[in-house]
This record gives sequence, structure tokens and C-alpha cells, in this order.
Amino acid sequence: MWVLDETTRMLLPAPTVVAIAAWDLVATGELFRHLFDSLSREFVAFSWALTAIPLGIAMGWWKSVHEQLDSLVEILRPIPPLAWIPLSILWFGIGDMQNQFIIFLGIFFPILLNTITGVKGVELNLVRAARCLGAGEGAVLRRVVLHAALPQIVTGIRIGLGVGWMALVAAELVGASSGLGFMINDARTLLRTDIVIVGMITIGLVGLVLDLLIRELSHRMLPWSRSLHH
Amino acid sequence: MSEVNIRNVTKIYPGHSPKDAPVLALDDISVNIADKEFCSIIGHSGCGKTTLLNMLAGFEQPTAGNITVHGETVGRPSWSRAMVFQDYALFPWLTVEQNISFGLEMKQIPKEKRQSVIDKQIRLVGLAGFEKRYPHQLSGGMKQRVSIARALSVDPEVLLMDEPFAALDAQNRAIMQQEMGRLLAQADADVRKTMVLVTHSIEEAILLSDRIIVLSSRPGRIKEILMVDLPRPRNEDDPNFIALRHHLRELINEEVGAVE
Ligand SMILES: Nc1ncnc2c1ncn2[C@@H]1O[C@H](COP(=O)(O)OP(=O)(O)O)[C@@H](O)[C@H]1O
Ligand SMILES: [Mg+2]
Repeated sequence: MWVLDETTRMLLPAPTVVAIAAWDLVATGELFRHLFDSLSREFVAFSWALTAIPLGIAMGWWKSVHEQLDSLVEILRPIPPLAWIPLSILWFGIGDMQNQFIIFLGIFFPILLNTITGVKGVELNLVRAARCLGAGEGAVLRRVVLHAALPQIVTGIRIGLGVGWMALVAAELVGASSGLGFMINDARTLLRTDIVIVGMITIGLVGLVLDLLIRELSHRMLPWSRSLHH
Repeated sequence: MSEVNIRNVTKIYPGHSPKDAPVLALDDISVNIADKEFCSIIGHSGCGKTTLLNMLAGFEQPTAGNITVHGETVGRPSWSRAMVFQDYALFPWLTVEQNISFGLEMKQIPKEKRQSVIDKQIRLVGLAGFEKRYPHQLSGGMKQRVSIARALSVDPEVLLMDEPFAALDAQNRAIMQQEMGRLLAQADADVRKTMVLVTHSIEEAILLSDRIIVLSSRPGRIKEILMVDLPRPRNEDDPNFIALRHHLRELINEEVGAVE
């Protein structure tokens, strides 16, 4: 009985034990160090993934570009970011680059696909209105198509950051020496389930905060968009 | 001198899928619209009114025949032929004044001058106090005012309007028609534009036009062209108005018979 009890306690620690572990991790600054590393990877990958916006606009706007790239995108898109981990370790070794690459893949495709959808959905009459007000092709793209597609692009960014965040933790489980994913995997090898749980809760909370942040930001910046107002 | 010259214009749309038959939307339309004339196009839904307007704007090309403005063939869209759309087509991310400013920016008009044009247009269409509003904060009638102001701001030679008041409720529609009529009555020759109005309202056409082109249904052909020789502003109770309305209604009812 006693052995079973002890095992249970180890596998599923009491909330108080988790709270104490959380306090220790915060007090020593360890939690924030890992969180900071994870967030900076997400951010760097996100910056790279923004290239999906011009690419998506080009693919959504010019049929010829779409024809050229669509099959490539359709083949790459269903491959889960995690399936890239082995190859990416060979390419980049273990470390930031490799992690960022996995996260990048997670963020890139949602932004790309949503941008394409957004551009294709731009009302024809808005484009026509711009043209008969004297807008050339460049002005139509910059001043009309980009803006009209922005709510959909922001949706892509929201989804992408979420997928990227999930991919990040998984990438860190395998190939990192810091970050929240590393922290919980490291704690596992020491049987510190309390730390594992603190790490999991942190990951969940940060994911939630990121999502709320994007929502709030998009409401402020796109007050005109009906699709974002739910 | 005739400003807009539509000569033997036919428009055939390919079917939506290869199996569908092509649609003959307009069949051999020829008409001249004079400088500063207000010309209405009236006819049943689907008779090709929007198609004709889109070709005047340069959004679509005729399948046969050609359209010239001041002797130049209409190619791509240009600010010299501005369009007012039935669904307003305002840029939802821009405020009222930014929407009006759009065409001025495209024409690279310097900032100081832009502001005075915007102010003038806003006063003209009665939108003072709403400059900073976004389109979604405006009623339908106000949106259409913005759309008209935006089209006029670039100082086009021809103003094209596709059922601009059709989406408004009856009361707002009447107000907009009255105001448009008043504007036309007041406008000096040098600020008046050549205007082409697509409508399916007989009263609207008589109230505003110098000439009314009646299109037949499927395919769209010119059925009759009527001069409206009534003094402005026009009065719906005027016996001449009533007679003209009666005549137009008969022409249009014949077309219902023809389709069925
Ligand atoms: N882009 C298009 N492709 C195919 N058929 C079209 C297209 N636009 C209009 N049509 C057809 O052409 C005819 C005339 O349409 P339209 O000009 O919109 O009429 P109206 O504005 O008088 O209601 C209709 O039968 C319509 O279905
Ligand atoms: Mg129409």
C-alpha cells in the first residue's frame, strides 16, 4: 500500500507540492530564463514567417504565381512541423536554429494559407473603385488588397502563433538545452513531476496570453473589421 | 460634340463552365452621349445595364464594337470615368475623409490642396461632422453620399452610377433623388459632368435625366430613347411628368411580357 501511495504521489503530486515547485522556479528565476528563451525563439521564427504575407499576396493575386507554387505548398503543408525534426537536426544541429526552423514551419503555413484566402476574397468592387480613382497595380495591392485581406491575415497569425507555440515545445523536448520544453523534459528524467506540471501550466498560460494579445491588438488596429468582432 | 460614343457594342460572356452556353448580354448597342448630358439607362434586371456601365468604366471590354470618350477608345479604368457602385464600395478601413482623399492621393495632389477639395466635397454632399467616421458607422444614405463625394473628388469627365439608390429605403431614396435633382438644377455648366445613371426606377430616371435609354431584355438592345424636356427641378405632379411616366411604364411592361 505504502509503495503504491508513494508512486501515486510522485506521478500526480498534490497542488501544494506543485505550488511550492512553482514558487522555487520563480524565485530562482529559472522559470523566466526558460520562458524567455522559448519566447525569443517563437519571436524570431515569427519574424521569418512574416515572409508568408508577401508570398501569400502574390499567390492570391497572380494566377501564374499560384500555379507555380500551389502544388509545392500543397505537398509541404500537410507535413506536421514535428516530422521535420530529424531532418532539421541534421541540417542545423541541436540548438536555436533548429528550434526556430520547426517553429517557423508551424507559423508559416497558417499565415500563408490565410493570406491567400484573404486576397482571393477581396471584393471585386473595392478593387474596381480603386482603379477608377486612378490606382495602378502597385497601389491596388498596397492600398486595397493588403488592407482588405488584413483581418484574414491576422487570423492566420493567431493560428500560426498557436501552432508555432505547440511546435516550439515539442522541438525543445528533443533538441534544446533551454526553454520550457527542455525544462519539463529535463525534470522528467529527474522524476520531478511537480516541475513538469509547472512547466505544462506555464506553456498553457503563455499560449492563452499570446492569443488574447493578438485578439486585443487586432481589435484596436482593425476597428472596422466585422469578421474580427466576435 | 458627343463625348461618349458607343458604337455597335456587343457583349458575350462565356458560360460559367464549358458546358454552359455563352450569354449574349448586350446586342449591338449604339448611342452617343453628349458632353454634360445626364443620361439614364433603364431596363429589367439582367438586361445588361451593369455590363454596359462596366464597359464604359473599362472594367470589361466589349466583345465587338467599341466605346470612345472624347475620341479615345476606352481601355483600362481611369479617374476620368469615376464609378458610384450600388453597394457603395467604400474602403472600410478608411474614414469618410480618407475615402474621399484616396483618389486625390492617387492623382498626387499636394496635401494642402487635398484638404480643401475634401472639405468642399463633404459640404456638397452634406456630410459635415462625419469626417472621422468609418463606413460601418454610417447609414446607407450617408455611405452613398461618401461614395458620390469620393467619385466627384477626382474631377472626372464622366460620372457612372450603377443603381446608386436602389439599396436605400424608400424615404432615403426619395431624399437622395431630390438632392441629386437639386444639385443638377444648380450646377453651373463648368462643374457639371457627363452622367450615366443605371436605374430601374422610372421616377428616378425622369426626375434626373436629359435622356432616357430603355433597354429590352435578353439580349439587351436599345428599345427606345426618350428626351426629357422638363424644367428643373422637376415635379412629379406635372402632367408632362405623369405622361412620360405612363409611357415608360408601358414600354417596360411590354418587356415583362416579352420575357414570359
Ligand atoms: N461576369 C459575368 N459572367 C457571365 N455572365 C454574366 C456576367 N455578368 C453578367 N452576366 C450576365 O449578363 C446578363 C446581364 O447582366 P447585368 O449587366 O448584370 O444586368 P443588369 O445590371 O441589367 O441587371 C445577365 O444575364 C447576367 O447573368
Ligand atoms: Mg446591375
